[in-house]
Amino acid sequence: MSDLKLVEAPEGIQGEGFFATSLNKVIGMARANSMWPLPFATSCCGIEFMATMGSNYDLARFGSERMSFSPRQADLLMVMGTIAKKMGPVLRQVYEQMAEPRWVIAVGACASSGGIFDTYSVLQGIDKIIPVDVYVPGCPPRPEQIIDGVMRIQDLVRDESLRRRHSPEYKQLLASYGIV
Amino acid sequence: MTEQSIFGEDFVKPEEKQYNTLNLGPTHPATHGVFQNILQMDGEIIISAEPTIGYIHRAFEKLAERRPFYQVTPITDRLNYCSSPINNIGWHLTVEKLLNVSTPKRVDYMRVIIMELARIADHLVCNAVLGVDSGALTGFTYMFQERERIYDLYEEIAGARLTTNIGRVGGFERDFTPRFHEKLKEFLAGFPKRFEEFDSLITRNRIFMDRVVNVGPISAEKALSYSFAGPNLRAAGVDYDVRVMNPYCSYQDFDFMIPVGTHGDTFDRFVVRQNEIRESLKIINQAYNNLPEGNFHADCPEFYLPKKEDVYNSMEALIWHFKIVMGEVDLPAGEVYHSVEGANGELGYYLISDGGRTPYRLHFRRPSFIYYQAYPEMIKGQMLSDAILTLSSMNVIAGELDA
Amino acid sequence: MALNNDIVLSRLQEKFPDAIREAYINFDQLNIEIDPAHNAAILRFLKEDEEMNFNYLTDLTAVHMPEQTGKEIGVIYHIHNLYDNYRLRLKAWIPESEPVIATASSIWLGANWMERETYDNFGVRFDGHPDLRRILNVDHMEIFPLLKQYPLEDSSREDKDDRFFGR
Repeated sequence: MSDLKLVEAPEGIQGEGFFATSLNKVIGMARANSMWPLPFATSCCGIEFMATMGSNYDLARFGSERMSFSPRQADLLMVMGTIAKKMGPVLRQVYEQMAEPRWVIAVGACASSGGIFDTYSVLQGIDKIIPVDVYVPGCPPRPEQIIDGVMRIQDLVRDESLRRRHSPEYKQLLASYGIV
Repeated sequence: MTEQSIFGEDFVKPEEKQYNTLNLGPTHPATHGVFQNILQMDGEIIISAEPTIGYIHRAFEKLAERRPFYQVTPITDRLNYCSSPINNIGWHLTVEKLLNVSTPKRVDYMRVIIMELARIADHLVCNAVLGVDSGALTGFTYMFQERERIYDLYEEIAGARLTTNIGRVGGFERDFTPRFHEKLKEFLAGFPKRFEEFDSLITRNRIFMDRVVNVGPISAEKALSYSFAGPNLRAAGVDYDVRVMNPYCSYQDFDFMIPVGTHGDTFDRFVVRQNEIRESLKIINQAYNNLPEGNFHADCPEFYLPKKEDVYNSMEALIWHFKIVMGEVDLPAGEVYHSVEGANGELGYYLISDGGRTPYRLHFRRPSFIYYQAYPEMIKGQMLSDAILTLSSMNVIAGELDA
Repeated sequence: MALNNDIVLSRLQEKFPDAIREAYINFDQLNIEIDPAHNAAILRFLKEDEEMNFNYLTDLTAVHMPEQTGKEIGVIYHIHNLYDNYRLRLKAWIPESEPVIATASSIWLGANWMERETYDNFGVRFDGHPDLRRILNVDHMEIFPLLKQYPLEDSSREDKDDRFFGR
């Protein structure tokens, strides 16, 4: 017998040919375990991401088998590396093209806060232009840390209410960034 | 009788042909790094390309004017981040040239081992990713496992995997530990076989060769005029290698060849990098088997940080460590240019010091920046998929491109 | 005969007697300070003469020294003769008020982007350059950031608390 751990089903009432549970638990479980990331890799953290995708650390076991490079088909925007001011509008455009629900993970010190580059040309953190869900510190973070960040995103996704994206708080959050 | 066209009014006559403009944008799955190319295309053939870079400009040169020389080492890491020990050691060699510090032979051999491991790691990334871009994903998975082994070796010495901040001015922070010797022996025993397996999958593969032979060629004269360096220049036929021309770090003691190509096309660049990995393995074997006894650092206490056991236990060592790192020790005034053979070519450091605690001016001669300007000429007249492969084979690292 | 410091210096002095301002040896390398008005002629001579034959432009950059009035910005050329393995450094000092110098991109094609980077960082205008515009910084930047009078950090940030930065 293999010792693979599969995702457990949510609590519910089971019977002959049916399984009843609440909708947001099922949707949360499905979304959390099939996140399609968009690797927005700009610099050194991108190489650590390539190592995370490789066979030693294997991000694919968490459901991220298909790296989507098209924002239209991605759930999770993984910003890895320094974002310069020249790149800011590009990042913003990629974020706006993603369809709801979408999550953003800022991998590395540069994406979280500008990192060691407190200069005139580096954006001091991507949360100046897009809302971020999880920050993974490190320069670069070890692959285990990146996987931990993805697992925290999975927790957020699993427990998110289905109506969150239509709520006034979320709309206010987007309005504060100027994203319509 | 008026001439009537048999094709109807919508037919575009040949002299009114319009070209497509395609944006190979900063975010693209196949451009490894953030640079943009606006291509003018006639169907599938590329007429012209206009590159735009600067999407990851982090102002290293201005930042270095604010930082004492030990604090500049982490910045140099982030230049060519696939092979960061070469950048670190190059910077330390530059400072040693300015300070006139000479290192013991053991330090030189240790540095050579680390630099050649970094060169292998960088070429593995470039070639594995070139395989991925032409559809061969297996090589990537296997060769990244080898990179993990190299990361293990870096961690034994420096504690970090990718941006290593390795070494000190005058040597290393610690000698090779017994565990490092074990791991290096394992690596040297097992890597050649696995690498030859990767090579046998791709290099003489009919499909790969059809895709990369005669793609993105450049002649030797053009390459020299564009100041190419490294494997790209050697693939074009010029055997310029800084390790041989201006040897540093006792490279003259080692016996290795410089692989050189003929046409300067993508296939030549791939094969030159494959052969350079083999030559690097030869150098590591020679250096490791003849590793001389001695100290792992030079005797220059004004610039070499004291031992960590002393720093944690004695007040004087703690204060001295603080003074050196925070820049209370001045660099002598002077001007020096030193270059090392990075994985992409001649990586140069031009340091002007005015006798203060930080460099007055530090300029990095970055090979990726210089040879990327030849890209539009290399892809003219080729098809779009060839342009992607040319870009991958040139090994343009975005950190080094923009600094 | 292989090049060395004396041969290069004497040939340059006999060919351009009034353009060589100063020459000194630094870490075994010859450094020559030239008159910026003649830089294109000198560089072309160094590349095309059969004895000089400097076929490789290693680097082209600049340095800003605000104390030297009238000669604040120095354009530095590192060139390399690959046949004889001989390196040379040339410096041309130009005033900050009028930072114009001739281009080297017609002599070595690699100088194109090196000059664009120098323009972007220091404001040095290269006469005859095919496409002189910013390369690394954002296009709408008005200042030339590597000049000494401009700060490293972005001065328009509001979220930095000066108490934590010792200011």
